[in-house]
Amino acid sequence: MQAAVPTSNPRTPSGARRRVGWTVAAVAALLLAALLSLAVGSRPVAPSQVLHALLHDGDDPASTIVRSMRLPRTVVGLMVGAALAMAGTVMQGITRNPIAEPGILGVGQGAALGVVLAITVAGTHGPGGYVWFAFAGAALASVAVYAIASRGRGGASPIKLALAGAALNALITSVVNGVLTTHAATLDEFRFWQIGSIAGPGAGTAWKIWPFLLAGTVLVLSVARGLDALALGEDVARGLGQNVGLVRIVGGVGATVLTGVGVAAAGPIVFLGLAVPHLARALVGTDHRWVLPMAALLGPVMLLGADVLGRVLYEGSEVPSGVMTALIGLPFLVTLVRRKAVAA
Amino acid sequence: MTVETAAGSRLGARDLTLSYEERTVVEGLDLDVPDGEVTVIVGPNACGKSTLLRALGRLLRPARGAVLLDGEELARIPTRRVAQSLGLLPQTPVAPEAITVADLVARGRQPHQRWWRQWSEEDERAVAEAMARTDVAALADRPVDELSGGQRQRVWIAMALAQDTDLLLLDEPTTYLDISHQVEVLDLCRRLNQERGRTVVAVLHDLNQAARYADHLVAMKAGRIVARGRPADVVTAELVREVFGLESVVVADPVTGGPLVVPGRPWGAA
Repeated sequence: MQAAVPTSNPRTPSGARRRVGWTVAAVAALLLAALLSLAVGSRPVAPSQVLHALLHDGDDPASTIVRSMRLPRTVVGLMVGAALAMAGTVMQGITRNPIAEPGILGVGQGAALGVVLAITVAGTHGPGGYVWFAFAGAALASVAVYAIASRGRGGASPIKLALAGAALNALITSVVNGVLTTHAATLDEFRFWQIGSIAGPGAGTAWKIWPFLLAGTVLVLSVARGLDALALGEDVARGLGQNVGLVRIVGGVGATVLTGVGVAAAGPIVFLGLAVPHLARALVGTDHRWVLPMAALLGPVMLLGADVLGRVLYEGSEVPSGVMTALIGLPFLVTLVRRKAVAA
Repeated sequence: MTVETAAGSRLGARDLTLSYEERTVVEGLDLDVPDGEVTVIVGPNACGKSTLLRALGRLLRPARGAVLLDGEELARIPTRRVAQSLGLLPQTPVAPEAITVADLVARGRQPHQRWWRQWSEEDERAVAEAMARTDVAALADRPVDELSGGQRQRVWIAMALAQDTDLLLLDEPTTYLDISHQVEVLDLCRRLNQERGRTVVAVLHDLNQAARYADHLVAMKAGRIVARGRPADVVTAELVREVFGLESVVVADPVTGGPLVVPGRPWGAA
């Protein structure tokens, strides 16, 4: 009766091997996506030339294109993809809601308001200039949502957070629209930001956001086990010795910072933060110490893949990556949902 | 205020008052949970029995008085240390989608793990043993949401067992189960207590099940304890009338010899 059951324990060699296998595959996919992102475009560069351009100082046209244009774009794609995917994973974990996404705490619209004010009031132009405004807007909006949700009985419960987020989103959207209808020039510039793209930001933006990416990543990884416990319900999580309030706050701050990173750098890239966590869980299970790194790998794969596809779809012009993520992400999610429906 | 539980009792309550917002649910309650025995709390709906269990498990902060664990006020002990001596299973817990049995049971080890010490031999042993004991080892790789109600409840109990605590609190562990699964789960509790000397506190709806499985029965009404003791001493027609407002006859259980409550004549019967 008490004999150990080595074939069916939770750290089975086969289970661990599967997780490691998928993680290795995801790393390979990421390298491939990065290589494609450096090589593909209106002026294709051969993979060998890409490596040459990265490793040596050359001033031939291929090297210049790779280093000065495609490398910053790829790096921003890596950072934004990882940030949004991890933010989505944590938002779904904190709210125990599978359709939660990074924008749920009003972060996306807050950033939008920041950008609109940057253009109209401060007269800032170009993605590099928006970053701080977008970040400030995102931070203010999420603090406001949290303050509203924590009033009254029961504190900031997931449902109250979602409701407060939806309400504030609606409010800010109407303010943004109000400003835009009276400032026609702002509208044009804003529209391009709103679609979401990693083409514009450039190396300067990457330098501005990396400390936030690092801080957000450390915060969300620190609550990985807390999220595992929280998935079993608040009472069980407390019974397992977790400080539920602390997990929510640390995770929420981490996810907000990560969302801010993504939105500030590349605009509201939709869908990625919703879909990637589901893909990651389908591959490595429900343990957040595996799901978070997996999401951080798959997010950039999806974003860079979308970006590359957007470059080659129409000759002579580009479809912004924000448009493409939904187009290529949707089939994945639909397949997942259908597979689950069949299994249930 | 006395700050000690009676001898032979690690867990107890002193002058415990519990309330939700302004509404007081439990008032001035004293309780000693006898070590190594099965204590069952019974009472009518809304008598405060689940609320009391939540307070014993530190899910609810007392408005007045205290819950004591090893002579210390529960509210002052760090959460993780509480979780190392006291396991609890809330009413109808919900598993995340697609989690496997083995993964769910393994989460019971959280209170014993640290960032720098993740998965030990001890964890391995506790999880394997918990699954063997609850008879779910064969289901280890199955998703929890594919299991039957009885299997699922056994998996949750396995998780609580993997936590490896001397004290186990169960809130209506038989809710939504059919009669054979009810008996299965309660037999398991009994076995855990007898074979491993675990102290079990359970809230049950069914007075007859309580009488059948309890060493120590606590009957509650309107936030107070009305009677406590061995089921054979406590369960009488008067108690059933007082606590549940029901006319009944108490006879000897033909199987166990303990008290069996048979409600009075049904409406319409001659």
